[in-house]
Amino acid sequence: MYHKVLFMTEQNQHLDALHDIKRMMQRSSRFISLSGLSGIAAGICALAGAWFANNWLQDYHRAYEQRGYSGAAFRDLEMNLILLAMAVAGLAFLSALYFTWRRAGRHKVPLWNHTSRQLLWNTAVPIIAGGFFLLIMLLQYNEWRLIGPGCLIFYGLALVNGSKYTVSDIRYLGYCEIILGLVSTQYPKHSLEFWTAGFGILHIIYGFLMWWKYERKTADVS
Amino acid sequence: MALNNPIAGLNKIFDNRIRLGVMSILMVNEEISFNDLKQMLEVTDGNLATHMQTLEESGFIKVHKGFIGRKTNTTYSITKAGEKAFKDHIEGLEKMIKGVK
Repeated sequence: MYHKVLFMTEQNQHLDALHDIKRMMQRSSRFISLSGLSGIAAGICALAGAWFANNWLQDYHRAYEQRGYSGAAFRDLEMNLILLAMAVAGLAFLSALYFTWRRAGRHKVPLWNHTSRQLLWNTAVPIIAGGFFLLIMLLQYNEWRLIGPGCLIFYGLALVNGSKYTVSDIRYLGYCEIILGLVSTQYPKHSLEFWTAGFGILHIIYGFLMWWKYERKTADVS
Repeated sequence: MALNNPIAGLNKIFDNRIRLGVMSILMVNEEISFNDLKQMLEVTDGNLATHMQTLEESGFIKVHKGFIGRKTNTTYSITKAGEKAFKDHIEGLEKMIKGVK
């Protein structure tokens, strides 16, 4: 009897050790505090941005029909849209950061650690490369038709690349963005709709699913 | 390898939670700094340093001393021997658990 009890506690110790190993491997290689609410917040920012962009485009088209083509008006529109896109990206990033910061606090892990640095770096590489590429395409070669699809594709690649360093489900969002980007190359007139679907709707759906899957139960313990 | 448990491949060096933690982290990260290890394992400098020394002396980890600006930046990586010992240790744990059932 005594022998059996001794054996049981030893078994539990071994189980604990295995559990510890698994936990350390996960904690040290993936940033798991990325919150679903971050996705929702980023999606809302994108929807708001798309609403402004749509209004400006309509104003431009109205002026175009009434007064005809003006190079200055087109350049203004182009510049405003670039600035808007940057503002939306910045706001989306900050709001996403906020919810993830909150969740990291709950996990009692620092927001800025080995894993979040790796995640940031691995998503930043495709995004920065894509950003420069698209700016060159637009400003130097005047090619605007592939800007929307390009944003979606490069962003999707960034997510797939980053998925190795965070919740791996995020790669599915990446695949969806890439597919959407490729499809949208065939519909240049509906670029904004595709952009809105990719950055707005998909983010919100993904964010909600992630929140439902991982955070719902712990959400009220704040 | 006198320290090895001849039956299961369990390694005495990994009996300690911190050393086991360090090895787990190094299995999935190519290279990691002292400060990152400290942060993840929630231990003090002195405590971690002692354990790192034990692991280094056993030949399970490699130490790389570098600089970031003027500050020293020590990073660690796992050796082939370390990888093998760790895998054997996990197998040992599994055997022990299965054996009791």
